Amino acid sequence: MNRFLATGLGAAMASGLPAIASAQDAVGIDQRINDIFADYTGWYVSLIFADLPGTNFSWIAMWLVVGAVVFTVYFGAIQFKGFWHSIQLVRGDYSDPDDAGEVSHFQALATALSGTVGLGNIAGVAVAVSIGGPGATFWMVIAGLFGMATKFTECTLGVKYRNEYPDGSVSGGPMYYITKGFAERGLPLGGFMAIVFSIFTILGALGGGNMFQANQAHAQLSGVLGDYPGWITGVVLACITFAVIAGGLKSIARVTEKVVPFMGVFYVVVSLLILLINFDQIGWAFGQIFVGAFTGLGVVGGFTGALIQGFRRAAFSNEAGIGSAAIAHSAVRTKEPVTEGYVALLEPFIDTVVICTMTALVIVISGVMNVDPETGLYIWNTEAGRIATEGDVSGVALTSAAYAKAFSWFPVLLMVAVVLFAFSTMISWSYYGLKAWTYIFGEGKMKELVFKIIFCVFIVIGAAASLGPVIDFSDAMLFSMAIVNIIALYLLMPIVKRELASYVTRLKSGEIKKFTE
Amino acid sequence: MKKSTIVVGLDGGEAGSRALDFASAQAKLIGECDLKLVYVIEWSPFSFQTSEENDQRHKRREEELSLARERILDPAVKKMTDAGLSVEGIVRHGDVADILDAIAKKIGAQQIVVGRVGLRGIKERVFGGVTGRLAVASSVPVTIIP
Repeated sequence: MNRFLATGLGAAMASGLPAIASAQDAVGIDQRINDIFADYTGWYVSLIFADLPGTNFSWIAMWLVVGAVVFTVYFGAIQFKGFWHSIQLVRGDYSDPDDAGEVSHFQALATALSGTVGLGNIAGVAVAVSIGGPGATFWMVIAGLFGMATKFTECTLGVKYRNEYPDGSVSGGPMYYITKGFAERGLPLGGFMAIVFSIFTILGALGGGNMFQANQAHAQLSGVLGDYPGWITGVVLACITFAVIAGGLKSIARVTEKVVPFMGVFYVVVSLLILLINFDQIGWAFGQIFVGAFTGLGVVGGFTGALIQGFRRAAFSNEAGIGSAAIAHSAVRTKEPVTEGYVALLEPFIDTVVICTMTALVIVISGVMNVDPETGLYIWNTEAGRIATEGDVSGVALTSAAYAKAFSWFPVLLMVAVVLFAFSTMISWSYYGLKAWTYIFGEGKMKELVFKIIFCVFIVIGAAASLGPVIDFSDAMLFSMAIVNIIALYLLMPIVKRELASYVTRLKSGEIKKFTE
Repeated sequence: MKKSTIVVGLDGGEAGSRALDFASAQAKLIGECDLKLVYVIEWSPFSFQTSEENDQRHKRREEELSLARERILDPAVKKMTDAGLSVEGIVRHGDVADILDAIAKKIGAQQIVVGRVGLRGIKERVFGGVTGRLAVASSVPVTIIP
């Protein structure tokens, strides 16, 4: 009955009054959840995104980029020198045929990617470009390229220090390399930092890995199907997710895992088509991106505004330095931890440098962002705190509008893609969160079930809350993970360097050789 | 004279046992002949899995291997040994046609014997079944038992 009333048709056919009353009620609930949410999380968000004293540059963006640059220098630009070797590893050139049937490099990469390729690439980029201007794209690509070295470092450590249990299952991730690696180097506080990291991971799983996804999935659904209360999307998504993660409904998970990569490829193909149709504007779009990167093109906050938005979105999208990928990659079967580092460095490349850039280019070329015809600068919408857009939309709706200019059917496809991406990211993050949860509380059916129930409750909250507080909170949690993780990476990077040196020597001497001819 | 080797593809079903019967008859005729019984578990390193499946993968693989040995290979090996033939069983993950050919090449076998399975589904109709692909790509003679 409720579902019937919730549809427009049902409301029109029912006696009218009760239906309207219940709709208002629902909006009230959305608003209340939203207010409470903003009240409780606002202070922490401000702390994480606080500016460096005397500047308008947030310290956390600096933290990630400095980290990525340090790893790039320390490992001698491994992301460029080792790029081809990474591809060979993914192709299976160095995989022993006797190990066939184990998790391959390709599978570990694909699984990790299905956790990262998602709304960050569609909605996140739209947010970045509408607040930071086209120039944000430039900084996003730069951050993506440097971030490859961070991924290399964390995933090598993730495999090296994972736990292997007698039954053959594995658990890995920053909490394991923090405890074991710190002990090996005789550093204090390993246990404490691992716990702190795990707490942030649980909150990050509930935030960026869950609420943000649910929120944007709802935004897209209501944009295409007509407005309806967010909690309805939330409850439906929560039920399906619960069936998969707690009920062992593997078939749904498997279908998503197969459809998501297909959607990802399709998304890139459609983007390329749009760029091809508008190829005469590509030069102009790149011009906007380069000029905007250093001037802001009328964006409030100018150059730094573009920079911060670009860096923020890159980090949120490819998760380099966050530590989540180290959990996903640790399941691979390899004798050499460094090989998984090589494979993992492709992740920010595919996610940020390829897919995010596609979205950004299409948004810029489509002209959905309003430009002042006289000055050539973007028109700033002060009230919304971003560039004025056609239809006054942001997030995933902006991406949708941009693609719809070329293909009118695209919003429907994007709706399906967004829901699937959101869903697969949720499934991945429920796993990351669970690993952190069991690290703190120990393994056990009941304990795991408690986490899974909490996770599903947050899906409902995420779908009902409005965009602002949710995005800010989810970013804050992910970046908190990065604080702990990057400290650990600094302290443990000599171990990775040793591994890398030994691997490269054996690769050159021919001790490690290809199995294919 | 060099000892001869025949690779036999098993599938745990009727087609595999037809191949086995034919190969054992051949081996007896040849006299000095080894049989390599191969069972392949269909698997691709390029399939997509969830994180949870990944961390259980090693365990599942061990289970799959021991099941294949127990249910399919061991009975076949025993049957051939009882018949007085020199025989060895191999179980592998991967693509059936690729693996049979790779093993035949590696051990220098004279031929591969497989049973013909009917084409099932659109994929096999378009790309050909295992036996078809093996016949096209194999580096040693292939005998297909109808």
